[in-house]
Amino acid sequence: MSEPIAPPGKKNPQRRTDVPQTPPQQRSRAALGLAAAAAEGRFMLQVCGDCGAVQYPPRDACSRCLSINLQWQDVSPGGRLVAETRVRATTDLYFRKQMPVRVGTVKLDVGPSVICHVHGDVGDGADVRMAIKLDRAGQGVMMALPVKETPFMEDDPRLREMSCTPRHRRVLVTDARNPNAPAIVSALAAAGAEKIFVGLSEDWRPNRHNDDIMAVPGVEMLPLDVTDSKSVEELAAELGGKTDILVNNARYVRPGGLMARNDTVFAQNEMDVNYLGLMRLAQAFGPAMCARTADGTNAAVAWVNILSAYAISNSPDYGCFSASNAAALSLSQNMRADFRTSGLRVLNVFVGPTDDDWHQELPPPKVPANTLARSLVQGLVDGLEDVYCGDVAKDMIERFRASPKIQEREMTGFRS
Amino acid sequence: MTLLENLAKALAGGSIEIVDLTHTLDPDFPVIVLPPEFGQCARFRMEEVSHYDHRGPAWKWHNISMSEHTGTHFDAPSHWVSGRDVANGSVDEIPAGNLMAPAVVIDCSAGAAANDDFELTRDVLAEWEDVHGRIPEGCWVLMRTDWSHRSGAAYLNMRDDGPHSPGPTPDAIRFLVDERNILGFGTETIGTDAGQGSHYTPPYPAHYYLHGAGKYGLQCLCNLDRLPATGAMLVTPPLKIRNGTGSPLRVLALKET
Repeated sequence: MSEPIAPPGKKNPQRRTDVPQTPPQQRSRAALGLAAAAAEGRFMLQVCGDCGAVQYPPRDACSRCLSINLQWQDVSPGGRLVAETRVRATTDLYFRKQMPVRVGTVKLDVGPSVICHVHGDVGDGADVRMAIKLDRAGQGVMMALPVKETPFMEDDPRLREMSCTPRHRRVLVTDARNPNAPAIVSALAAAGAEKIFVGLSEDWRPNRHNDDIMAVPGVEMLPLDVTDSKSVEELAAELGGKTDILVNNARYVRPGGLMARNDTVFAQNEMDVNYLGLMRLAQAFGPAMCARTADGTNAAVAWVNILSAYAISNSPDYGCFSASNAAALSLSQNMRADFRTSGLRVLNVFVGPTDDDWHQELPPPKVPANTLARSLVQGLVDGLEDVYCGDVAKDMIERFRASPKIQEREMTGFRS
Repeated sequence: MTLLENLAKALAGGSIEIVDLTHTLDPDFPVIVLPPEFGQCARFRMEEVSHYDHRGPAWKWHNISMSEHTGTHFDAPSHWVSGRDVANGSVDEIPAGNLMAPAVVIDCSAGAAANDDFELTRDVLAEWEDVHGRIPEGCWVLMRTDWSHRSGAAYLNMRDDGPHSPGPTPDAIRFLVDERNILGFGTETIGTDAGQGSHYTPPYPAHYYLHGAGKYGLQCLCNLDRLPATGAMLVTPPLKIRNGTGSPLRVLALKET
C-alpha cells in the first residue's frame, strides 16, 4: 500500500514558495500522440496499418516494415515489470524536487518494451497495468500501475504528480446558482477536498441551492459574479493564492438559434458568462494559480471548464449558446498555452444537454448533475485534459473525429 | 437682483439646499427581476479601458454598460405599452421645461415599516391633502417609504411569490393622473409599482396609468426623508437617448432651509 499523504499543515510564511518547474517539454510531433491519448486517459500506441506491428517509442515509420501508415489505436495496457531502479540524482530542475524517482522497464503484452515511471505498489517482476499520463509539462508519459487497486494508491508521489486530485486541496466552484453546484460540491468533498469555496452572485436575490450547498462540510460561500470584472478581481485578490483547483460552472443558457429572436440580448448574456466570464476568471485567478504549481501537497493543479458538447459542432436548437461555448473552447486552448510553463492543467468537461430547466423541451438522454459531477472529479483524479460526459458528448466527439463536415451537415440538416 | 441672481445667492448662502436623491451606480445595486424566460434588466457594469498604464499612459477611463432602467432612473411614457403612442414619449423628446418641477412628498414610512406590502391608497392621499392642501398640477408626487434605507436582499425583498415592497393602488394612481394632473410619480423602491403590483387590475397600475397619460416615473430614489412635504423643486434630466424608454439620472432636489 502507499503511504497516505498527510493533510498539509499551515504554510510557513518565512519560506519562499517553490518556483514552478516542468519536466522536459521537447517531443517529436509523432510523440504528441501520447499526450493526445493521455488527455483522455486512453492507452494508445501506433499500430502499423500494413504489418500490424505495435510501435514504441512513437515514430514516423514502422520499425518492422518502414511503412508510414501508422495509426494511433487503443491497445491492451497489460505488461510485466522486468527491471526497475530509483533515480536519485539529476540536473533537471523539475526532477530535482522529485527525487528519488522510481523507473523501470515494462515488457508490454502487445510487444514493445518501454521505460516508464513505476508506481510504488508494483512489486519486482509483477504484472502491471500501464497508463499514459499527462505529466506537468502536459506531455504523455508511461506509468506502470498495480493491476488491482491498492490502498491509498493515489497518494503515491509519482501518481499524485500526474493527477489533479481534489484530495487535500482547496477548490473554488464559481457559481452557486447553477443547479449542478450542490452535486459538484458534494463530489469534490467526497473526493477529499479540504475546502470548497463557492461563488454566489447577487446575494440580493434568493438562491434555491444555498441550503444544499451549505450542507456539505468544508464549504464557504463568497461573493462572485463572473460578469463583473471587479467582483472577479476582488475574489482573486482574496483567494487566488489559495485556489488549488478552480471549477468554472458558471453558465448562461437559453434555448434558440440565430433566428429565434431578432436581437442579441440573450446571446450577449451567453457570451458575457460563458466566454467573457471565463476570460475574467482566467485573467484574475490564472497568474496566482500558475505561481503556485510547486507549492507542496496542496499546490495549484487544475482549472476545470464545463463546456457544452455543442462547442464542438453547433446545435441549431441552442445555436447561440453553442456559439458562446465554441468561443469558450477556443479560449481554453489559449489558456492551455498560457498556463503550459507553469504546469497548471486545463480540464475541459464536455457535456450534452443537462437535466435542468433550460433543457425541458429536449428528450432524454440528458445528463443529471450527479453524473456530471462524478465525471468531473474522476477527470481530475485521472489528470485528464478532456472528458466527454454522457452519451451525447461521446457521440459528438466521435462524429467530429470521423468527419467534421459530415457532422456539421447532420447537425444542420433537416429539423422537425 | 434678478430671480436667478437671488437663487445663486440663496444657494451660496445656504438658504436653499441641494439634496441628492440618487443612489450610486454600483454593480451590486439590485435591479428588477423578471421571470427568467424574459430578457432581464442589465446590471451596471464598468470595464477599465486604461489606468495611467500601458493601455493609456496619461489617462484613466472606463466603458460602462447598463439598462435604461438600472439604478436611480427615469421612466418615460414609451416604457409601457399604454404609453407607446404618447406624443413626446421617449426621453429624448421630453420638453426641457418638464425637467424641473415642484415635488410633494407623501410620507408612507410608518406604514411601510409595519407592512412590506403597504399600499398608497386614495384615502392616504385624501388625508395628506387635508393636512397639506391640494396636490398641485404639474408636480412630482414622491412616495416616501424609507425603503432606500434597506440594502441587499431586504431591498428587492424577493420571496417565492415574488417581491414585496410598497406601492400605489390603481385608484390612487388614477386619482393623481385624472384628478390632479401630476407630472410624475416617484418612489424609493425598485419600481413605481408595488412589489406585488402584477396582481392588481391592471397589472402594474402606476406604469399603466402614468405612462398612458404621458406622465413620468422616478424610482430607486433616496433621501426623501430629507425633503419637506411641500415646497421642494426637483431637477430630473434623463440622458438624451434617441427613442430611449428611460435613463439612469442624477436626481437633485432644491429645498429652502
